Amino acid sequence: MTPLDYDYLRRLLKERSGLVLSDDKQYLVESRLAPIARKAGLAGLGELIGKLRRADERMIVDVVEAMATNESFFFRDKIPFDHFRDTIMPALIAARAAQRRIRIWCAAASTGQEPYSLAMALKDMKVKLAGWRVEILGTDLSVEVLEKAKAGIYSQFEVQRGLPIQMLVKYFSQIGDTWQVAPEIRAMVQYRPFNLLGDLGPLGSFDLVFCRNVLIYFDQGRKIDVLNRLARVIEPDGYLVLGAAETVVGLTDAFKLMPDKRGLYAPNAAATRAGGSSFAGARLPRSDLTVAGGR
Amino acid sequence: MKSCLVVDDSSVIRKVARRILEGLAFKITEAEDGQQAIEQCRREMPDAVLLDWNMPVMDGYDFLKALRRLPGGDQPKVVFCTTENDVAHIARALSAGANEYIMKPFDKEIVEAKFQEVGLI
Repeated sequence: MTPLDYDYLRRLLKERSGLVLSDDKQYLVESRLAPIARKAGLAGLGELIGKLRRADERMIVDVVEAMATNESFFFRDKIPFDHFRDTIMPALIAARAAQRRIRIWCAAASTGQEPYSLAMALKDMKVKLAGWRVEILGTDLSVEVLEKAKAGIYSQFEVQRGLPIQMLVKYFSQIGDTWQVAPEIRAMVQYRPFNLLGDLGPLGSFDLVFCRNVLIYFDQGRKIDVLNRLARVIEPDGYLVLGAAETVVGLTDAFKLMPDKRGLYAPNAAATRAGGSSFAGARLPRSDLTVAGGR
Repeated sequence: MKSCLVVDDSSVIRKVARRILEGLAFKITEAEDGQQAIEQCRREMPDAVLLDWNMPVMDGYDFLKALRRLPGGDQPKVVFCTTENDVAHIARALSAGANEYIMKPFDKEIVEAKFQEVGLI
Protein backbone atom coordinates (compact mmCIF):
# COMPACT_ATOMS: atom_id res chain seq x y z
CA MET A 1 0.00 0.00 0.00
CA THR A 2 1.44 3.37 -0.96
CA PRO A 3 1.74 6.15 1.62
CA LEU A 4 -0.82 8.11 -0.41
CA ASP A 5 -3.28 5.21 -0.30
CA TYR A 6 -2.74 4.86 3.45
CA ASP A 7 -3.34 8.57 4.02
CA TYR A 8 -6.49 8.39 1.93
CA LEU A 9 -7.75 5.40 3.93
CA ARG A 10 -7.02 7.12 7.22
CA ARG A 11 -8.96 10.18 6.15
CA LEU A 12 -11.84 8.07 4.88
CA LEU A 13 -12.09 6.00 8.06
CA LYS A 14 -11.95 9.10 10.23
CA GLU A 15 -14.58 10.94 8.19
CA ARG A 16 -16.93 8.03 7.74
CA SER A 17 -16.65 6.13 11.02
CA GLY A 18 -14.65 8.19 13.50
CA LEU A 19 -11.94 5.53 13.57
CA VAL A 20 -8.52 7.13 14.04
CA LEU A 21 -5.48 5.22 12.78
CA SER A 22 -2.02 6.21 13.92
CA ASP A 23 0.98 6.37 11.57
CA ASP A 24 2.18 2.92 12.56
CA LYS A 25 -0.95 0.91 11.79
CA GLN A 26 -0.25 0.20 8.14
CA TYR A 27 0.49 -3.47 8.89
CA LEU A 28 -2.87 -3.73 10.65
CA VAL A 29 -4.67 -2.19 7.68
CA GLU A 30 -2.99 -4.57 5.28
CA SER A 31 -3.73 -7.65 7.38
CA ARG A 32 -7.37 -6.71 7.89
CA LEU A 33 -8.14 -5.53 4.37
CA ALA A 34 -6.33 -8.19 2.35
CA PRO A 35 -9.11 -10.76 3.05
CA ILE A 36 -11.73 -8.24 1.88
CA ALA A 37 -9.86 -7.63 -1.38
CA ARG A 38 -9.53 -11.39 -1.91
CA LYS A 39 -13.20 -12.01 -1.18
CA ALA A 40 -14.20 -9.30 -3.66
CA GLY A 41 -11.97 -10.85 -6.33
CA LEU A 42 -9.68 -7.82 -6.45
CA ALA A 43 -6.03 -8.02 -7.41
CA GLY A 44 -4.84 -6.30 -4.23
CA LEU A 45 -5.19 -3.44 -1.82
CA GLY A 46 -4.49 -0.87 -4.56
CA GLU A 47 -7.58 -1.99 -6.41
CA LEU A 48 -9.59 -2.01 -3.18
CA ILE A 49 -8.55 1.58 -2.41
CA GLY A 50 -9.57 2.45 -5.99
CA LYS A 51 -13.07 1.16 -5.27
CA LEU A 52 -13.20 3.19 -2.06
CA ARG A 53 -12.11 6.30 -3.97
CA ARG A 54 -14.99 5.71 -6.37
CA ALA A 55 -17.31 5.81 -3.32
CA ASP A 56 -18.31 2.13 -3.43
CA GLU A 57 -20.59 2.25 -0.38
CA ARG A 58 -20.68 -1.49 0.14
CA MET A 59 -16.91 -1.66 0.13
CA ILE A 60 -16.68 1.28 2.55
CA VAL A 61 -18.98 -0.53 4.99
CA ASP A 62 -16.88 -3.71 4.71
CA VAL A 63 -13.69 -1.76 5.37
CA VAL A 64 -15.13 0.12 8.36
CA GLU A 65 -16.27 -3.17 9.91
CA ALA A 66 -12.96 -4.91 9.29
CA MET A 67 -10.91 -2.14 10.83
CA ALA A 68 -12.98 -1.87 13.97
CA THR A 69 -12.10 -5.05 15.84
CA ASN A 70 -10.18 -5.68 19.02
CA GLU A 71 -9.47 -8.58 21.34
CA SER A 72 -9.55 -7.77 25.05
CA PHE A 73 -12.51 -6.58 27.02
CA PHE A 74 -13.93 -6.14 30.48
CA PHE A 75 -16.42 -8.62 31.96
CA ARG A 76 -15.57 -10.96 29.09
CA ASP A 77 -18.30 -13.57 28.48
CA LYS A 78 -20.39 -12.02 31.29
CA ILE A 79 -21.49 -15.40 32.75
CA PRO A 80 -18.33 -15.98 34.88
CA PHE A 81 -18.91 -12.58 36.48
CA ASP A 82 -22.55 -13.44 37.14
CA HIS A 83 -21.27 -16.60 38.86
CA PHE A 84 -18.79 -14.45 40.79
CA ARG A 85 -21.47 -12.05 42.06
CA ASP A 86 -24.35 -14.48 42.55
CA THR A 87 -22.73 -17.78 43.55
CA ILE A 88 -19.04 -17.57 44.43
CA MET A 89 -18.93 -14.43 46.57
CA PRO A 90 -22.07 -15.18 48.63
CA ALA A 91 -20.67 -18.65 49.39
CA LEU A 92 -17.22 -17.33 50.27
CA ILE A 93 -18.60 -14.51 52.40
CA ALA A 94 -20.53 -17.12 54.40
CA ALA A 95 -17.63 -19.59 54.58
CA ARG A 96 -14.94 -17.03 55.47
CA ALA A 97 -16.98 -15.03 57.99
CA ALA A 98 -14.42 -15.76 60.71
CA GLN A 99 -11.24 -14.97 58.77
CA ARG A 100 -12.80 -12.18 56.67
CA ARG A 101 -10.14 -12.80 54.08
CA ILE A 102 -10.47 -13.95 50.47
CA ARG A 103 -7.71 -14.59 47.96
CA ILE A 104 -8.36 -14.54 44.22
CA TRP A 105 -5.94 -15.42 41.45
CA CYS A 106 -6.34 -14.41 37.81
CA ALA A 107 -3.90 -16.84 36.23
CA ALA A 108 -3.91 -15.17 32.81
CA ALA A 109 -4.36 -11.53 33.72
CA SER A 110 -3.06 -10.28 30.37
CA THR A 111 -3.65 -6.53 30.16
CA GLY A 112 -5.71 -6.44 33.34
CA GLN A 113 -9.31 -6.41 32.17
CA GLU A 114 -10.26 -9.54 34.09
CA PRO A 115 -8.76 -8.65 37.49
CA TYR A 116 -10.10 -5.09 37.24
CA SER A 117 -13.55 -6.45 36.33
CA LEU A 118 -13.45 -8.55 39.51
CA ALA A 119 -12.21 -5.56 41.50
CA MET A 120 -15.07 -3.39 40.22
CA ALA A 121 -17.58 -6.13 40.98
CA LEU A 122 -16.14 -6.34 44.52
CA LYS A 123 -16.31 -2.58 44.90
CA ASP A 124 -20.02 -2.77 44.06
CA MET A 125 -20.39 -5.24 46.97
CA LYS A 126 -18.53 -3.00 49.39
CA VAL A 127 -21.33 -2.93 51.95
CA LYS A 128 -21.13 -6.72 52.38
CA LEU A 129 -17.33 -6.64 52.37
CA ALA A 130 -16.71 -3.80 54.81
CA GLY A 131 -13.73 -4.79 56.95
CA TRP A 132 -12.78 -7.71 54.72
CA ARG A 133 -9.39 -8.21 53.15
CA VAL A 134 -9.79 -9.30 49.55
CA GLU A 135 -6.63 -9.87 47.55
CA ILE A 136 -6.57 -10.19 43.79
CA LEU A 137 -3.38 -11.49 42.25
CA GLY A 138 -2.97 -11.10 38.50
CA THR A 139 -0.22 -13.09 36.80
CA ASP A 140 0.85 -13.48 33.22
CA LEU A 141 3.82 -14.85 31.37
CA SER A 142 4.41 -11.54 29.63
CA VAL A 143 6.01 -8.70 31.56
CA GLU A 144 4.97 -6.32 28.78
CA VAL A 145 1.24 -6.96 29.13
CA LEU A 146 1.52 -6.71 32.91
CA GLU A 147 3.04 -3.23 32.53
CA LYS A 148 -0.07 -2.22 30.63
CA ALA A 149 -2.22 -3.92 33.26
CA LYS A 150 -0.51 -1.99 36.06
CA ALA A 151 -0.96 1.33 34.27
CA GLY A 152 -4.64 0.52 33.79
CA ILE A 153 -4.93 2.73 30.72
CA TYR A 154 -7.23 1.55 27.96
CA SER A 155 -8.40 2.74 24.58
CA GLN A 156 -11.95 3.72 23.92
CA PHE A 157 -12.49 0.39 22.18
CA GLU A 158 -11.21 -1.57 25.13
CA VAL A 159 -13.43 0.13 27.70
CA GLN A 160 -16.54 -0.53 25.66
CA ARG A 161 -16.17 -4.29 25.51
CA GLY A 162 -18.65 -5.48 28.10
CA LEU A 163 -18.13 -2.60 30.52
CA PRO A 164 -21.48 -1.05 31.48
CA ILE A 165 -21.40 2.69 30.87
CA GLN A 166 -22.27 3.39 34.49
CA MET A 167 -19.14 1.51 35.57
CA LEU A 168 -17.02 3.44 33.09
CA VAL A 169 -18.24 6.73 34.51
CA LYS A 170 -17.85 5.47 38.09
CA TYR A 171 -14.47 3.73 37.97
CA PHE A 172 -12.47 5.37 35.18
CA SER A 173 -11.11 8.79 34.45
CA GLN A 174 -10.69 10.15 30.96
CA ILE A 175 -7.21 11.06 29.78
CA GLY A 176 -7.44 12.45 26.26
CA ASP A 177 -8.60 9.58 24.05
CA THR A 178 -7.88 6.98 26.72
CA TRP A 179 -9.44 5.89 30.01
CA GLN A 180 -7.61 5.00 33.21
CA VAL A 181 -8.88 2.71 35.94
CA ALA A 182 -9.40 4.62 39.19
CA PRO A 183 -6.54 4.38 41.71
CA GLU A 184 -8.72 2.61 44.32
CA ILE A 185 -9.52 -0.16 41.80
CA ARG A 186 -5.89 -0.46 40.66
CA ALA A 187 -4.80 -0.73 44.30
CA MET A 188 -6.97 -3.83 44.71
CA VAL A 189 -4.89 -5.86 42.25
CA GLN A 190 -1.28 -7.01 42.57
CA TYR A 191 0.52 -8.12 39.43
CA ARG A 192 3.52 -10.33 38.98
CA PRO A 193 4.99 -12.28 36.06
CA PHE A 194 4.44 -15.98 36.42
CA ASN A 195 4.61 -19.09 34.27
CA LEU A 196 1.65 -21.35 34.86
CA LEU A 197 3.84 -24.33 34.07
CA GLY A 198 6.13 -23.41 36.99
CA ASP A 199 5.81 -24.25 40.69
CA LEU A 200 2.52 -22.85 42.01
CA GLY A 201 3.55 -23.27 45.64
CA PRO A 202 5.10 -19.81 46.18
CA LEU A 203 1.80 -18.17 45.24
CA GLY A 204 0.04 -19.60 48.28
CA SER A 205 -3.49 -20.97 48.33
CA PHE A 206 -6.59 -19.37 46.84
CA ASP A 207 -10.30 -19.29 47.40
CA LEU A 208 -10.94 -18.63 43.72
CA VAL A 209 -8.88 -19.06 40.57
CA PHE A 210 -9.85 -17.58 37.22
CA CYS A 211 -7.92 -19.52 34.60
CA ARG A 212 -9.74 -18.72 31.42
CA ASN A 213 -8.66 -19.28 27.85
CA VAL A 214 -5.24 -20.58 28.85
CA LEU A 215 -5.71 -24.33 28.73
CA ILE A 216 -6.81 -24.11 25.10
CA TYR A 217 -3.19 -23.34 24.22
CA PHE A 218 -1.83 -26.43 25.98
CA ASP A 219 -1.63 -30.02 24.81
CA GLN A 220 -3.57 -32.70 26.67
CA GLY A 221 -0.71 -33.67 29.00
CA ARG A 222 -0.07 -30.09 30.08
CA LYS A 223 -3.78 -29.43 30.58
CA ILE A 224 -3.99 -32.40 32.95
CA ASP A 225 -0.84 -31.31 34.78
CA VAL A 226 -1.99 -27.70 35.22
CA LEU A 227 -5.47 -28.71 36.40
CA ASN A 228 -4.10 -31.17 38.95
CA ARG A 229 -1.64 -28.62 40.29
CA LEU A 230 -4.36 -25.93 40.44
CA ALA A 231 -6.40 -28.34 42.55
CA ARG A 232 -3.64 -28.28 45.15
CA VAL A 233 -3.67 -24.51 45.56
CA ILE A 234 -7.44 -24.04 45.62
CA GLU A 235 -9.09 -24.36 49.03
CA PRO A 236 -11.40 -27.41 49.36
CA ASP A 237 -14.44 -25.12 49.41
CA GLY A 238 -12.99 -22.79 46.76
CA TYR A 239 -13.70 -22.42 43.06
CA LEU A 240 -12.09 -22.62 39.65
CA VAL A 241 -13.42 -20.71 36.65
CA LEU A 242 -12.44 -21.90 33.19
CA GLY A 243 -13.10 -20.37 29.78
CA ALA A 244 -16.26 -21.08 27.81
CA ALA A 245 -14.41 -23.45 25.47
CA GLU A 246 -12.59 -25.30 28.25
CA THR A 247 -13.49 -28.24 30.45
CA VAL A 248 -12.02 -30.71 32.95
CA VAL A 249 -14.07 -33.55 31.54
CA GLY A 250 -11.86 -36.37 30.36
CA LEU A 251 -8.79 -34.68 31.87
CA THR A 252 -8.99 -34.94 35.64
CA ASP A 253 -11.39 -35.78 38.45
CA ALA A 254 -9.78 -33.16 40.71
CA PHE A 255 -12.66 -30.78 39.89
CA LYS A 256 -16.36 -31.17 39.38
CA LEU A 257 -18.62 -28.91 37.36
CA MET A 258 -21.09 -26.96 39.49
CA PRO A 259 -24.61 -27.95 38.39
CA ASP A 260 -26.12 -25.44 35.95
CA LYS A 261 -23.07 -23.15 36.25
CA ARG A 262 -21.22 -23.20 32.98
CA GLY A 263 -17.47 -22.84 33.42
CA LEU A 264 -17.59 -22.97 37.23
CA TYR A 265 -15.83 -25.85 38.99
CA ALA A 266 -15.32 -26.89 42.59
CA PRO A 267 -12.54 -29.11 43.92
CA ASN A 268 -13.77 -32.68 44.01
CA ALA A 269 -13.79 -33.75 47.65
CA ALA A 270 -13.53 -37.38 46.58
CA ALA A 271 -10.31 -36.69 44.70
CA THR A 272 -7.11 -36.16 46.58
CA ARG A 273 -5.80 -32.75 47.54
CA ALA A 274 -2.55 -34.26 48.67
CA GLY A 275 0.15 -31.68 49.04
CA GLY A 276 -2.23 -28.75 49.17
CA SER A 277 -1.66 -28.09 52.82
CA SER A 278 2.08 -27.79 52.23
CA PHE A 279 1.41 -24.49 50.51
CA ALA A 280 -0.54 -23.07 53.40
CA GLY A 281 2.45 -21.34 54.92
CA ALA A 282 3.63 -19.87 51.66
CA ARG A 283 1.08 -17.15 51.20
CA LEU A 284 2.05 -13.90 49.59
CA PRO A 285 2.74 -11.07 51.99
CA ARG A 286 -0.53 -9.53 53.06
CA SER A 287 -1.06 -6.38 51.14
CA ASP A 288 -3.20 -3.38 51.79
CA LEU A 289 -6.00 -4.52 49.54
CA THR A 290 -8.89 -4.18 51.94
CA VAL A 291 -12.21 -3.64 50.22
CA ALA A 292 -13.70 -1.59 52.95
CA GLY A 293 -16.57 0.83 52.80
CA GLY A 294 -14.30 3.75 53.41
CA ARG A 295 -11.98 3.24 50.47
CA MET B 1 -38.33 -10.40 16.50
CA LYS B 2 -37.34 -7.22 18.35
CA SER B 3 -37.26 -3.93 16.50
CA CYS B 4 -34.54 -1.30 16.52
CA LEU B 5 -34.70 2.20 15.14
CA VAL B 6 -31.29 3.38 13.93
CA VAL B 7 -31.06 7.18 14.03
CA ASP B 8 -27.99 8.67 12.35
CA ASP B 9 -27.42 11.22 9.60
CA SER B 10 -24.55 9.12 8.18
CA SER B 11 -25.75 6.54 5.67
CA VAL B 12 -22.57 4.49 6.22
CA ILE B 13 -23.14 4.28 9.97
CA ARG B 14 -26.77 3.32 9.39
CA LYS B 15 -25.67 0.56 7.03
CA VAL B 16 -23.00 -0.76 9.40
CA ALA B 17 -25.49 -0.68 12.28
CA ARG B 18 -28.19 -2.35 10.18
CA ARG B 19 -25.85 -5.15 9.19
CA ILE B 20 -24.72 -5.73 12.78
CA LEU B 21 -28.21 -5.59 14.26
CA GLU B 22 -29.83 -7.71 11.56
CA GLY B 23 -27.13 -10.25 12.39
CA LEU B 24 -28.44 -10.12 15.97
CA ALA B 25 -31.99 -10.81 14.69
CA PHE B 26 -33.38 -7.28 15.00
CA LYS B 27 -35.92 -5.78 12.58
CA ILE B 28 -34.42 -2.45 11.56
CA THR B 29 -35.97 0.88 10.69
CA GLU B 30 -33.92 4.00 9.98
CA ALA B 31 -34.20 7.74 10.51
CA GLU B 32 -31.81 10.50 9.43
CA ASP B 33 -32.51 12.88 12.30
CA GLY B 34 -34.35 13.20 15.61
CA GLN B 35 -37.47 14.70 14.06
CA GLN B 36 -37.95 11.80 11.64
CA ALA B 37 -37.23 9.41 14.49
CA ILE B 38 -39.83 10.91 16.81
CA GLU B 39 -42.46 10.72 14.04
CA GLN B 40 -41.65 7.06 13.53
CA CYS B 41 -41.89 6.40 17.27
CA ARG B 42 -45.33 8.06 17.36
CA ARG B 43 -46.49 5.60 14.69
CA GLU B 44 -44.81 2.54 16.18
CA MET B 45 -42.67 2.36 19.28
CA PRO B 46 -39.52 0.27 18.70
CA ASP B 47 -37.95 -2.02 21.31
CA ALA B 48 -34.59 -0.28 20.92
CA VAL B 49 -33.12 2.92 19.55
CA LEU B 50 -29.51 3.26 18.43
CA LEU B 51 -29.02 6.99 18.55
CA ASP B 52 -26.48 9.46 17.17
CA TRP B 53 -25.94 12.74 19.03
CA ASN B 54 -25.12 15.34 16.39
CA MET B 55 -27.74 15.45 13.66
CA PRO B 56 -29.46 18.22 11.71
CA VAL B 57 -33.06 19.32 12.51
CA MET B 58 -33.24 17.59 15.91
CA ASP B 59 -30.20 16.13 17.69
CA GLY B 60 -30.12 12.89 19.65
CA TYR B 61 -30.35 14.54 23.05
CA ASP B 62 -33.50 16.49 22.18
CA PHE B 63 -34.96 13.38 20.54
CA LEU B 64 -34.38 11.36 23.70
CA LYS B 65 -36.10 13.94 25.91
CA ALA B 66 -39.04 14.09 23.46
CA LEU B 67 -39.22 10.29 23.24
CA ARG B 68 -39.37 9.83 27.00
CA ARG B 69 -42.38 12.22 27.13
CA LEU B 70 -44.37 10.22 24.54
CA PRO B 71 -46.97 7.67 25.67
CA GLY B 72 -45.02 4.40 25.90
CA GLY B 73 -41.83 6.35 25.33
CA ASP B 74 -40.29 4.98 28.50
CA GLN B 75 -40.27 1.50 26.99
CA PRO B 76 -37.55 1.54 24.30
CA LYS B 77 -34.00 0.88 25.43
CA VAL B 78 -31.97 3.78 24.09
CA VAL B 79 -28.30 3.28 23.27
CA PHE B 80 -26.42 6.41 22.28
CA CYS B 81 -23.86 5.86 19.54
CA THR B 82 -21.83 9.01 19.06
CA THR B 83 -18.47 10.68 18.57
CA GLU B 84 -19.25 12.80 21.66
CA ASN B 85 -16.92 10.82 23.87
CA ASP B 86 -16.39 12.91 26.98
CA VAL B 87 -17.72 12.14 30.43
CA ALA B 88 -19.92 15.25 30.49
CA HIS B 89 -21.83 14.08 27.40
CA ILE B 90 -22.17 10.56 28.79
CA ALA B 91 -23.50 11.87 32.11
CA ARG B 92 -25.93 14.17 30.28
CA ALA B 93 -27.20 11.29 28.14
CA LEU B 94 -27.72 9.04 31.17
CA SER B 95 -29.60 11.74 33.03
CA ALA B 96 -31.84 12.25 30.00
CA GLY B 97 -32.80 8.58 30.11
CA ALA B 98 -30.25 6.78 27.94
CA ASN B 99 -29.73 3.14 28.88
CA GLU B 100 -26.28 2.68 27.37
CA TYR B 101 -23.67 4.64 25.49
CA ILE B 102 -21.42 3.59 22.62
CA MET B 103 -18.51 5.81 21.69
CA LYS B 104 -17.72 5.76 17.99
CA PRO B 105 -15.92 4.03 16.44
CA PHE B 106 -17.73 0.83 17.33
CA ASP B 107 -17.88 -2.75 16.13
CA LYS B 108 -20.21 -5.73 16.29
CA GLU B 109 -18.92 -6.95 19.64
CA ILE B 110 -19.41 -3.59 21.30
CA VAL B 111 -22.95 -3.28 19.98
CA GLU B 112 -23.72 -6.84 21.01
CA ALA B 113 -22.23 -6.32 24.47
CA LYS B 114 -24.16 -3.10 25.04
CA PHE B 115 -27.44 -4.58 23.81
CA GLN B 116 -26.88 -7.55 26.12
CA GLU B 117 -26.14 -5.19 28.96
CA VAL B 118 -29.56 -3.53 28.69
CA GLY B 119 -31.38 -6.87 28.26
CA LEU B 120 -32.21 -6.59 24.56
CA ILE B 121 -30.42 -9.84 23.72
